[in-house]
Amino acid sequence: MKKFQYEIKDETGIHARPAGLLVKEAKEFKSNITVYAKGKSADATRLMAVMGMGVKCGDMVEVEADGPDEDEAIAAIENFFKVNL
Amino acid sequence: MIELSGKTVYKGVVTGPVAVLQKKDSTVKRYSINDSQRELQRLKKGCEEAKRQLGGLYEQAVKEVGQSSAAIFEVHQMMLEDDDYLDAVRSIIETEKVNAEYAVALTGDNFAEMFAGMDDEYMQARAADVKDISNRLVDCLGGGAGETFFAEEPVIIVADDLSPGETVQMDKSKILAFVTVHGSVNSHTAILARTMNIPALIGVPLDLENVENGSMAVVNGFSGKFILNPSKECLQDAEKLAQEWKHQEQLLETLKGQESVTRSGKKINVYANIGSVSDVAYALENDAEGIGLFRSEFLYLGRTDFPGEEEQLQAYRQVAQMMAGKKVIIRTLDIGADKQADYFGLEKEENPAMGYRAIRICLKQPEIFRTQLRALLRAAVYGNISIMYPMIISVDEIEQIREIVSQAAEELKGEGVPYCIPEQGIMIETPAAALISEELASLADFFSIGTNDLTQYTLAIDRQNEKLDTFYDPHHRAVLRMIEMVSENAHKYGKWVGICGELGADLSLTKEFIRMGIDELSVSPRMILKVRKAVRETD
Repeated sequence: MKKFQYEIKDETGIHARPAGLLVKEAKEFKSNITVYAKGKSADATRLMAVMGMGVKCGDMVEVEADGPDEDEAIAAIENFFKVNL
Repeated sequence: MIELSGKTVYKGVVTGPVAVLQKKDSTVKRYSINDSQRELQRLKKGCEEAKRQLGGLYEQAVKEVGQSSAAIFEVHQMMLEDDDYLDAVRSIIETEKVNAEYAVALTGDNFAEMFAGMDDEYMQARAADVKDISNRLVDCLGGGAGETFFAEEPVIIVADDLSPGETVQMDKSKILAFVTVHGSVNSHTAILARTMNIPALIGVPLDLENVENGSMAVVNGFSGKFILNPSKECLQDAEKLAQEWKHQEQLLETLKGQESVTRSGKKINVYANIGSVSDVAYALENDAEGIGLFRSEFLYLGRTDFPGEEEQLQAYRQVAQMMAGKKVIIRTLDIGADKQADYFGLEKEENPAMGYRAIRICLKQPEIFRTQLRALLRAAVYGNISIMYPMIISVDEIEQIREIVSQAAEELKGEGVPYCIPEQGIMIETPAAALISEELASLADFFSIGTNDLTQYTLAIDRQNEKLDTFYDPHHRAVLRMIEMVSENAHKYGKWVGICGELGADLSLTKEFIRMGIDELSVSPRMILKVRKAVRETD
């Protein structure tokens, strides 16, 4: 299992569009990718669940990847957060 | 052959196939099903269709408003692919043994409620997105009833009535004419027809159930006749008429490039009324000398959240640059009454025309106003922009606006963002403003008379009520006297005055307006050359 932590810098938080892109990205991998924030967790391939966490600017998120391609997955997702959020 | 009479709202003659837009039944019915597999299969097909539509809307929006604004349709597509959403729908179908439409509507409501209950305004607004995709999916399940209009070939649109929401998404190049069963002379359909210069009839007693898509028809905006499945002779006659009409239009073309001056040498500015960035093309095509009314509502309608400063800046700048130094008068947000967007959260009103709308919203919710003003001040750097405020009734309002404008300017200055405070005028569209126009003239840089509202408020006649059409006299002395009074008061203070309502394009009044001293007439693009002709024929 691999993980990273990240503080959201985007003003509107994980809003609809980046959430959608994140889901797209997460679906590329075989590993299970989970987002933890504000005491909740969501499967990163589920858009409504990710949006439903209501992650805002300044919130800390932890992302976990577990599976055969977890190394690539965690690197790609971490990069995604840095670029988009 | 069926021949029916209606009321002409715009003239012209066309022949072509009809496309019937049926009003959708908004209540979703619940019924039990036996074969849930079949229902799941329908759901799958419905989803595919909905995604296909969204893909089409996305591409269209990218072309018309740019990638960042179009992203909403991409998000909608993703929502439709979401496992949580689809699982919820499937499970309702399987466990409750109900139809897919009901399962979709229920799931949509549940998710919308979840978003609406979040403590974040942005996320609360997403409730509208979930409802939107659910409605679309329900429509697709119903075999495409209520589907957004797409046509391969130009068609005559036949409908019960048309709302701004329905027309905003239409591909205007595929519309030959509008024919509606209801609607009034001053309805949205009428305004749209005038802008597009296509014939339109209202009050045509059609039984929409019995009109087949693709049937040939003739729309004659001169006689007010709608003929379905015309005979060969009838069709030939109509085609001949259509050609004559085109010829007349071409004659007007010869007036392009000519100046709008009276015989005695008074210059009248003939400007265009537009409602979106793409209308600028119509305005230029018809040789507009400027834009006299740029309705900024299009930025706010047909979407689910407020447009940001950058997005607005881009639209205003684009229009200013396309008009290349010619005047562009942008009217600030005039929402409320008959034009609404869900995310504004406006409450239903008994009397919206006299309600919470236009400048009243802007002064009560200055954060909305501020964003628009900042975008306008920034755009003013790129061209000859003027700002115009709607629905003014008092001196105090202008003072409040001035205060907010100077705050916005201060902010921009502090941020080191280039800006410019342009000419600022007001709409005279309430009897109150007309009666105190002398006081207002000392504060505003110009007046533009909105005759539609001025007439409706002066005569106490609701524009939306078709029963009142016979009482509605656009040439009522009370209205004309007010226009004259406003003109005199503006000139006392050396300010210019224009007319941007429908009356500005009323050729039987052009002479009268010039006599009153009106300096500018702003009309729908297709009327520009006709008004120019009338001006040139005035002494």
